[in-house]
Amino acid sequence: MAVAEQQTASQVAPGAGDKSWHGIVLQTLKRNEISLVPYVPDRVLTPLISNLHADPFFTTFATAREEEAVGIVSGAWMGGRRGAVLMQTSGFATLANVLASLAVPYQIPLIMFVSERGTLGEFNYGQSLVCRTMRPVLDSLALEHHTITRLDELEFITDRSIKQAVTTQAPVALILNPLLTGGKTFDK
Amino acid sequence: MDTRNTKVMNRFDVTSRLIGKLKHEEAVIGGIGNTNFDLWAAGHRPQNFYMLGSMGLAFPIALGVALAQPDRRVFALEGDGSLLMQLGALSTIATLKPKNLIMIVMDNGIYQITGAQPTPAASVADIVAIATGSGLANSAWAADEEDFERLVEEAMSAVEPHLIAVRIDDKPGVGTTRRDPVQIRERFMHGLGVREPL
Repeated sequence: MAVAEQQTASQVAPGAGDKSWHGIVLQTLKRNEISLVPYVPDRVLTPLISNLHADPFFTTFATAREEEAVGIVSGAWMGGRRGAVLMQTSGFATLANVLASLAVPYQIPLIMFVSERGTLGEFNYGQSLVCRTMRPVLDSLALEHHTITRLDELEFITDRSIKQAVTTQAPVALILNPLLTGGKTFDK
Repeated sequence: MDTRNTKVMNRFDVTSRLIGKLKHEEAVIGGIGNTNFDLWAAGHRPQNFYMLGSMGLAFPIALGVALAQPDRRVFALEGDGSLLMQLGALSTIATLKPKNLIMIVMDNGIYQITGAQPTPAASVADIVAIATGSGLANSAWAADEEDFERLVEEAMSAVEPHLIAVRIDDKPGVGTTRRDPVQIRERFMHGLGVREPL
């Protein structure tokens, strides 16, 4: 069903024939009218970031810190424009305060994409340690989160999670696992 | 540029003067603590948003509102301690150049609400110089209350973001915002025309 929906979308949107993980994420954002995408850069996210910059539908730009990006999309939501934040695992680790003091208590449907480092071939000990803090933080605030490992599940999980975040006015974290993206390995 | 040549004003007075100038349902984002306490005390408006945490994010939140509603002027009120926590936001705003965003920094050189510990703005850090160096060319100290009002009027019709820094005294806020985050957010969205009440 998810694949069928994606194929329908691909007939109307230019570039939608892209079945890469980043192509599916971009099209799902667009279909859900998420047009504001601040990010803190990440090597694995680079093709997605490049394609967002190339598509005039999106306003996308780097921020100095992840919490700054959370502030921006929270303000945009209140002003009637949908956004999502892109970051890496270590960036998520800087967000506990803004999640607990802005996104959750003010009921902001904060949509986060986290490129997962620290597992499945990590070469930096610090990254592997900080990765272990991510899910406990999400769980401690009872936040919805999904770890996406399969390309054939990506569109379904992403599309449904965005819709759930908006309708329940609650944040969601979509964790892009190396099984999906290839991750970052020592020889890259 | 020398901040010591500027008059030391009062946050509640300056905030009240700003609110008095708003005639077009401009949005106002009040930073954590005394900054939004005085915004609250100046009289609640449906277009006011009050932060109850997330120190340093008044400018980013205001940037988001400004990007969502480019035809509405958006003001953000922030303290010097809060701004020093999130200086990168200045260069982000300078890069995007939203024409409708006006940043106001209430600089008392102290973390007033936590016990008046000094911030670097009291001695070595110049907020306007930092903003200018971050790429915000339209940044200025308000010399006195009349100059503040003149700078606000100038920013009202500007085509680039403006930052106005105000040296203020060490007085605490004169009110206390009602700490109801969901209601604050919902009423703000009503005030911005995004939603209708149930």
